[in-house]
Amino acid sequence: MGSVSEFFQHLMNGLTLGGIYALIALGYTMVYGILKFINFAHGDILMVGAYIGLFVFDGLRGDAPLGVWTFTAFLIAMLVSMAGCGVLGMVIERVAYKPLRKATRLAPLLSAIGVSFILSNSAAWMFGTQSRKLAYPFHNDSIVVGGVVITPHQILILAVSFIMMIVLKLFIDNTRMGKAMRATSLDQDTARLMGIDVNQVISLTFAIGSALAAVGGMLIALDFKVYPTMGTMTGLKAFVAAVVGGIGNITGAMVGGILLGILETFGVAIFGIPQGLKDTIAFGILIIILLVKPEGLLGKAEKEKV
Amino acid sequence: MLNFFLLIVIYTGIYALMAIGQNVITGYAGMLSLCQAGFFAIGSYATAILSTTYGWSFWATLPVAALLSALFGVLIGLPTLRLKGDYLAIATLGFAEIVRNVLNNWDSLTRGPMGIQKIPMPSIFGFVINPYKKTGFLVMTIIFVLIAYFLFQRLARSRMGRALEAIREDEIAAESMGINTTKYKVWAFAIGASVAGVAGSLQAVFSLSVTPGTYTFMVSIMVLCMVVLGGMGNFKAVILGAFIIQLISYFPQLVGLSSMIPPQFKQILFGLILVVMMIWRPQGLLGREVRDYSRLTGEKGSVFRKKAKQAVSSTQGGER
Amino acid sequence: MILLETKGLTREYGGVVAVSNVDFQVNQGLITGLIGPNGAGKTTLFNNMTGLDMPTKGKVFFNGHDITGKPAHRICRMGIARTFQNIRLFKELTVLENVMIGRHFKTGKSPFHGRFLNALDSYFRMSREDEQMYSSALKWLDFFEMGELCDELAKNLPYGHQRELEIARALATDPQLLFLDEPAAGMNPQETEHLMETIGKIRDLGITVVLIEHDMKLVMNICDSITVLNYGQKIAQGTPREIKHDPAVIEAYLGKEEE
Repeated sequence: MGSVSEFFQHLMNGLTLGGIYALIALGYTMVYGILKFINFAHGDILMVGAYIGLFVFDGLRGDAPLGVWTFTAFLIAMLVSMAGCGVLGMVIERVAYKPLRKATRLAPLLSAIGVSFILSNSAAWMFGTQSRKLAYPFHNDSIVVGGVVITPHQILILAVSFIMMIVLKLFIDNTRMGKAMRATSLDQDTARLMGIDVNQVISLTFAIGSALAAVGGMLIALDFKVYPTMGTMTGLKAFVAAVVGGIGNITGAMVGGILLGILETFGVAIFGIPQGLKDTIAFGILIIILLVKPEGLLGKAEKEKV
Repeated sequence: MLNFFLLIVIYTGIYALMAIGQNVITGYAGMLSLCQAGFFAIGSYATAILSTTYGWSFWATLPVAALLSALFGVLIGLPTLRLKGDYLAIATLGFAEIVRNVLNNWDSLTRGPMGIQKIPMPSIFGFVINPYKKTGFLVMTIIFVLIAYFLFQRLARSRMGRALEAIREDEIAAESMGINTTKYKVWAFAIGASVAGVAGSLQAVFSLSVTPGTYTFMVSIMVLCMVVLGGMGNFKAVILGAFIIQLISYFPQLVGLSSMIPPQFKQILFGLILVVMMIWRPQGLLGREVRDYSRLTGEKGSVFRKKAKQAVSSTQGGER
Repeated sequence: MILLETKGLTREYGGVVAVSNVDFQVNQGLITGLIGPNGAGKTTLFNNMTGLDMPTKGKVFFNGHDITGKPAHRICRMGIARTFQNIRLFKELTVLENVMIGRHFKTGKSPFHGRFLNALDSYFRMSREDEQMYSSALKWLDFFEMGELCDELAKNLPYGHQRELEIARALATDPQLLFLDEPAAGMNPQETEHLMETIGKIRDLGITVVLIEHDMKLVMNICDSITVLNYGQKIAQGTPREIKHDPAVIEAYLGKEEE
C-alpha cells in the first residue's frame, strides 16, 4: 500500500513537472515545424515571462491577503506576461532570424545563441543575479487523496497546462489560421502560392510559442525560483521533450514533455539517481532517443531530398 | 598596466587554442559544437589531478589532457554526428553541462565545487615558468599557439581540410564522391577537442587552481564569438578574434572603469556580436581563407586571373 | 555482359511504394536510359543503387558483388559515380577543388603500413599529392574545356558549366559506371546537343553510362537500351525503337507526345 501510494505520489509530481515541460516544448516544436530551426532563445523567453509575471503580480497584489483578488491578480499577471512574451518573440524573429532565412544553415542558429545570451545577461543587468520567489496566489495547504499529497498549486499547474494544450490543439486543428500554419510547415513555397501570408504565419507561430513559454515560466516560478539563467536548463530539457515526442509534432511535444517529467522524477525517486545529476537524465534520454529513434516517438522520419 | 596587457595576451593565447579547435569543427566541417568549455575543463582537470595527486610533470600531463579530450570528443561525436546540425548544438551543450555537473559532484576525484588548488608550476630545463611573472608564461603560450597554428594550417590545406570543406558544403555529394563523411567528422571533432584540452592544461598551470565555476557556457560562447568575429575557416582571423574578444572582456579593467561598467555589458556585447555579424558580415572580419593553387595552376589559373582583371579594368574603362 | 543489376528492388516510405519489385540491368559499355513520368521512382532507384537510400526489399549487384545497403562512399570507391538532379556542387570551393575532391580517395595512400605512419606520411608530402591530384583533375576539366575556369568558385559558373563540372567531378573518381540524373535539365537545345556529344565521348572512354532524362530526343538518340518506369514499376525495357512502339509505354508516357 505504502509503495503504491508512493508510486502515485511520484507520478503526480512527474505529471506536474511534465506539464510545464510540455508547454515549453510546444514553442520549440512549432518553430521547428515551420522554420526547421531550433530557437535557442526560447528558454530565455521563458525567463522573461517569469520576470514579467512576477513584477505584475507583486504590483497588483500589494499587501492584499490571499484570496479571490490575489488569484485574479495572478491570472492577470499571466495574461500580461503572455502578451509581453508574444510581442518579444515576434520582435526577435523579425530582427534576428528573418534576415537570415536565405542564409546558411548555421547563421540563424548562431544568431539565436546570440539572442539567448543578450536576453539572459540583460536580465542579470537589470534585475540582478539574485533569485526571487513568486508568491503563491492562494493558500497552498496540501490535500491528501488516498495517501497521495496534492498541493493546490500542482492542481493549478496541471489545469493551466492542460487547458493551454487543448486550446492550442483546437486552434491548430480547426481554425483557418491553424490550417495556414500546418500548410506552411508542410511546404512554405506552396503555401505562399496558395495565398497564405507566410510571414504572418511565422510571426504568429513565434507569438504563440513565446506566450506558452511565458506561462511555463510563471508556473515554474511557483515551484522554483526566478533568476536570469533559469531558462537555460529548463529550455534545454523542454527541447529534449520536443525531440522525444518527435520535433515538429504538436501532440508529440505534449507527450514528450509529460514523459520526460515523469522519467526525471522517477529517475531520482525510484531509480536512485543522485539529485546532483538529475539534469543529466534528460541528456541521457536525448542521446538514447537520437540513437534509437531519431525521428521521435510520434515524428515521421524525413529524408533529405536528393 | 603593462602587466594587465600581458594578462590579456596570455588569455588571448589560451582562448586562441580553443578557437582554433572550434574553427576546425565549425569553420571547416560546418558543425556547430558548443562544448569547447567541456573539453577545456577536461584538459584542466587532467593536468590538475595528475600533477597534484600523482605528482606528474606538466609536460607529461599535456598529451593525457589532449587525448582524454579527444576521446570524449569521439564519445559525444559518434552518436550525434549522424544527425542534423541543430541536434549537435544541443547535444554538445548538454555534454558541457554534464561535464560541469560531474566536476561539481565527483568529490573524491575533483573535490567538488572547491576545486583543486596548489597546482605545481611547470618548469623546463630547470627554469620555472611562473605565471605571476607573466613574461615566461607569455612566451610559452605564444609558442603553443604558433605550433597549433602551423599544424592546423597545414592540416586545413591538406586533403583532409578540403574533404572537411566538401562535407560542409554538401554532405551528400561528398559522401557520393567517396569521402567517408562520418570518419572525417569524428576526426574533426576529436582534434578540435584535443586542442581545447591543451588549452585547459595551460589554464590550469596559469591560474594554478581549477574550479568548476571557470568552465561555464560563457566560455563556449566566447570561443564561438572569436571564430564568428574573426572569420570562419581562417586560422589567422580566429586568433585575431580571440584578441578582440579578450580585449572587450577586460576593457573595463584596462581603462579603470570596472566599477562603472556592469559585468553583464560585455556578455550582452558578445550576444550582439553574434547576431550582428550573422546579419551584416557572416564571413567575419577577415573572411574565409582561400587556398592558393597558383603554384599548380600557374598558366591556366593566370589566364583566368588575367581575364578577371581585364573584366575589372574594362568596366572601369567604361565608366571613364 | 551485365555490369549492374537490381533484383526485385522495392523501396517503401511508410506505406507509399516508390519503387516496386524492379529488375533493372545495365550492360557494360553501353548507354542505358531510365525514363518515366514524374514521380515514377527513377531518382529513388538511383539513390538505392548508389547507397544514398536503403531498399526495403531486393538486392543490387555490381560486377557480381552484392552492394545492397553499402554506404555511398564505399559504392563510389567500387567504381560507381553519379550526378544529381538538383546540382550539388561544393559551391564555395573552386572549380579545381571540386574536381580534386573527386580524386580524394585515390590519394592519401603511402608505401607505409599502419594508419598512423600513413597519415603522417600523407601529411608531410602534401605538395606532391596535390600535384598528382591537380594533373588528373585538370585532365577532366580540359575534357570539358573548362581548364581556364579552374580558379573560379563553383557557384559563379553559368548553369551549363555547373552541370558539366558535376560530371567532371564524378568522372574524376575513375568510375566504371556513371549515373547521370537529368543532365540536360534546364539546358537549351545547343547545350543539349553538346551534352549528347559529351556523353558519347564518355562512352567511348569505356565508361558505362546510365541516365535519367526527360528530353526524348536525347534519350532516343544516344541510348543503346531504355528502361521505362511508371508508378514505381518497370513497364518496359528494350532498344529505343522497341520502346517507341511499346503499347504500354505509349499509353503511360509517350502517348501524349504522339498525335
